[in-house]
Amino acid sequence: MSPLSPIKPAEEAAQAPAPRTLRLPLDPLMTLAVIGLGVCSVITLKAATSNLAREQLGDAHYYVNRQAIYLTIGFALMIGVSRLDYARLRRYKNAIYAALLVSILAVLGLGRSANGAVRSINFPLFSFQASEIGKVLLIVALSAFIVERSRRLRERDTTVRVLIAALVPAMFVIAQPDLGSGLVYMTIACMLLFVAGTSWRHLAGLAALVCVAIAFVLVAGPAVGVHVLKPYQVERLTAFLHPTSSQKEAEAKEREAKEGVPDPTYQQQESKIAIGSGGKTGRGANASQVPYGFVPESDTDFVFAALGEKYGFVGAGLVLLLYALLISRTLRVLLMAKDLFGSLIAAGVAAMLIFQVFVNVGMTIGIMPITGVTLPLMSYGGSSVIATLLSVGLLQSIYVQARTSAALKGRVLRY
Amino acid sequence: MSAIEPVRPRDPRVPVSPQLAFRVAIIGGVVMVIFGVIFFRLWYLQVLSGEQYVQQADNNGARHLPISAPRGEILDREGQPIVSSTVTNAVRIVPDELPAGISSQVAEYQQSLAAAEAVRSEKVKQLSGYEAALGGVRHKTHAQRRELERLQQETGPPRVAVPPLPRSASTLRELFRRLGRVIHLSSRTIDEDIVEGVTATPYAPVTVKTSAPGALTVLGERADEFPGVVQEPVSLREYPDGEMAAQVLGYVGEVNTTELKSPVFRGVQQGTIVGQAGLEYYYDHYLSGVPGVQRIAVNAEGQPVPSKLTPTPPRPGHILQTTLDLGLQRASEKALLEGMEHARAGGKPAIAGGFVALDPLNGEVLAMGSSPTFDPNKFAKPLTEAEYKSLTGRTGDEPGRLTDLADEGEYPTGSTFKPITAMAALEAGVITPTEGLGAGQCIYVSTEKFCNAGLADYGSVGLVEALKVSSDTYFFTVGKLANEHGGEIIQKKAKELGVGEPTGIDLPSEFPGVVPSRKWLAEENQLESKCQHEHHGQPCYIVAEPGAPWTVGYNMDLAVGQGDLLTDPLQMAVAYSTLANAYRNGGNGTVVTPHLGKQIDEANHNLVQTLRFPSRHVRLNYEDLSLVMEGIHDAASEQGGTSTPVWVGWNQEEDPVYGKTGTAERTGHVEQSWYMCYIGNAQRPIVIAVTVEEGGFGAETAAPIARLIASQWYGKPKKFVPGSSQTR
Repeated sequence: MSPLSPIKPAEEAAQAPAPRTLRLPLDPLMTLAVIGLGVCSVITLKAATSNLAREQLGDAHYYVNRQAIYLTIGFALMIGVSRLDYARLRRYKNAIYAALLVSILAVLGLGRSANGAVRSINFPLFSFQASEIGKVLLIVALSAFIVERSRRLRERDTTVRVLIAALVPAMFVIAQPDLGSGLVYMTIACMLLFVAGTSWRHLAGLAALVCVAIAFVLVAGPAVGVHVLKPYQVERLTAFLHPTSSQKEAEAKEREAKEGVPDPTYQQQESKIAIGSGGKTGRGANASQVPYGFVPESDTDFVFAALGEKYGFVGAGLVLLLYALLISRTLRVLLMAKDLFGSLIAAGVAAMLIFQVFVNVGMTIGIMPITGVTLPLMSYGGSSVIATLLSVGLLQSIYVQARTSAALKGRVLRY
Repeated sequence: MSAIEPVRPRDPRVPVSPQLAFRVAIIGGVVMVIFGVIFFRLWYLQVLSGEQYVQQADNNGARHLPISAPRGEILDREGQPIVSSTVTNAVRIVPDELPAGISSQVAEYQQSLAAAEAVRSEKVKQLSGYEAALGGVRHKTHAQRRELERLQQETGPPRVAVPPLPRSASTLRELFRRLGRVIHLSSRTIDEDIVEGVTATPYAPVTVKTSAPGALTVLGERADEFPGVVQEPVSLREYPDGEMAAQVLGYVGEVNTTELKSPVFRGVQQGTIVGQAGLEYYYDHYLSGVPGVQRIAVNAEGQPVPSKLTPTPPRPGHILQTTLDLGLQRASEKALLEGMEHARAGGKPAIAGGFVALDPLNGEVLAMGSSPTFDPNKFAKPLTEAEYKSLTGRTGDEPGRLTDLADEGEYPTGSTFKPITAMAALEAGVITPTEGLGAGQCIYVSTEKFCNAGLADYGSVGLVEALKVSSDTYFFTVGKLANEHGGEIIQKKAKELGVGEPTGIDLPSEFPGVVPSRKWLAEENQLESKCQHEHHGQPCYIVAEPGAPWTVGYNMDLAVGQGDLLTDPLQMAVAYSTLANAYRNGGNGTVVTPHLGKQIDEANHNLVQTLRFPSRHVRLNYEDLSLVMEGIHDAASEQGGTSTPVWVGWNQEEDPVYGKTGTAERTGHVEQSWYMCYIGNAQRPIVIAVTVEEGGFGAETAAPIARLIASQWYGKPKKFVPGSSQTR
């Protein structure tokens, strides 16, 4: 808010027609979407984990309860963050970036492995997945960097620096190995550049670079003997192109039993069967694939399969609509943000949500490669849920600040 | 939207510039496309392809177990059941699901088997060496025979003991003990069965008990105490009469890999019980039902979970009603055994025999049997190699028990062939019925002598008399005359009447028969020369005199049913039936197709199909036929007839007997006893054929057996009345 801007007297503002928006300092539709997704998450996890939890832990509601706790904590954090002025975070950008790097390195150093990957540090009550929280930290830090250079956005130097700033943590994350999260980091960076106003030439060059990188990593590199990714990762990425036969499925099951990593073709095939069998309204109590363990990771990466099988097209469609609502509200926040920083944060969150929803859902229905990204709010996992709700909190803060500043300036926007 | 004057602050706030709006619009567009793609894909997967995926999900999550279908019954002509099925529970072990592995045991066992096999092949070499050394020696000394037997025994299948359970396998041992208590087997037996089963067919469940009704509830309710143990409903075939009609009925067994490939068993699943021999095999397509499917829902680890999957019930097999008369069959088998005993009491070996009773008008087989025989019930359990050998191959002089001598025997017929010779000669005009032939004890042809049995001299007789007393010299002469006449008339008549050709009976195999002719001799000579070529000039004796041409001797031997003629009781019965039905019908005869199957019913006894069999029309000269029939009627009823003493007390008015004895000579063996008869009752005619290997003269053994059979058929009191005729 500039001191030079004329300010209408408060009374006039007060006498202006009262806004028909809610009194709560939250975006109502966004909040609705988030609550809706949280409820769907709990319901779906009940279907996905009851049998497993009952068998392995003796408590059918183990995972459901914990997810509910995570959601509640996250929701509280969301409300808390919404009350802050996000703009203050700009000042701490370096500290935030440092925290990002430290936490990722800490995980590399101290973390425990799950499925052969070192992704989280085990604390007494929960496990801390740095790459998830890192997304939020990265969004804020990168946005702040770009705002600093807002006048020099056309320069190649800026573009390169932003990309490197994202690449460094991304590389560490990929080394965990967590390819999915690494890709999210890069997507955030690209989106921020796009929204900030980087020149089209730079963007085109970036796109070309991405294609070359894909070709190298997946095809040319292994041919020459350079393995950027581990073989099983490459397999996971290309599996969706080779639908499987039942004989291969049997082999895949054996391999899974031996190596502990679910065979990607098998996993996707099962996921498609589970979702497909859901039909229009779901199999309800007749669901067999997810409850009886045919779809690996059906509580985390493949939770959409659990949803699709039990609640069918109707259920899956509802959840997708909720995501669409959330993303559209994010884009609105992007447009109505009071400053560039806010827009960029919103853009980063949008990038994160779009990428994760599209890749995760796409992977379960067999049109996207298998990458380890979670479905925001639906997948079971404290770090993911809290990171998502923190980001939504930031969005809410941007929304509130935007409305407040507009109101102070006498602008009232009605929705 | 009510807009109040917009304000333009000068802080670093980028207003919603057109470029930004454009870019955000692009993002919005991309998001819409993404969601569109996802929705379409979901629509495709769930709504359009939903059915297919539900199928796959069900297949994934379900194991299918076949429910065996109850096999159709086999009934006799009155509808009485001869063979039936019961459903019982087989107890099987699934080796993969056992709590601990048996792989070390299996490996050890396989090693021992391999070692034993190596030893055996050594012995086989020794045996073949010894057999070659013995070479063509026809009469082996006692010592040689013993040595042969010893070597043969040693080359039998290796007897390898299954190694015991390792000491550490306590869970397994406990499980086997627990199971053993329930199904009444020792844990050691269970262990052995599993190891042997896994070695034979890895990955298939091993049946440890074919029927354990007592264990049904225990194993069902306390399944978790018996990991790896499953119960499956199986249909067990029951042959309540044991050995009765065994070769005709056949037996059942699990379909093997070779059978699965054959078109006969197309569509049959592995593990199904199918007919392996006899009627069970021939009509398996009708008797087998369609197995049902039991669906068990499983989770990703293959463990069963509760479900509402419904099983498909099996479709029971059809019922086969046969033409057999149960009473007649039982009596006939008893009669055969009695006859054989009587012959043995008289010093004859009488080791084997067969009989057929046919309805001459339509070819229905009223009774058919063979001795030695077997019990089909034994095939319910897997047989040992020794048991199987005794069933299939000849052991010593005994034919294999599975062989049905009635249609698979290969014998010369002796004098029972004479009516055929007579018909051929009469119709061709080679002889007239009244001309006297056959005077003297023997007929001389170049250097050979063809004599009557016992060197009897019947003088010069006409046809009817020759048949009555069975004069060989008469018929040798006929054979000689037929040979000079040319045209192979005897051979043609035999084939016309049904001898020397497969009868077409509805059983899996029958002996086609051999009627010596010039063509046949030429073929045999060809085989001989090929064989000699392979054996470096050594004669194989496929033909007695390799390279020699057809001589009159062949025809003369044929005329009396000796020489290289080979046939079985069934073909003879068909031939006599042709004569009989032509006799009843003014010379218009039918060569019937003998058959056992009468009709097929559904399990609920509704008729599905009456089985029909083709027949062939034959025209015989009625006058000639009447004379031949007179001849053999006299043989069974007039003074001097070869089987007249056998039919003492028989009512020849109502049930006239047209019977011919036969005594076939086989070098190195006691004579084979034959009797063929047609009993011309107006309503219930019957043709009976009986033969007993090494049973002596026809009238001694085979004829009395035929009388017993006929007594049963006509409800007369049964008396064993041997004759004394010493003719051939």
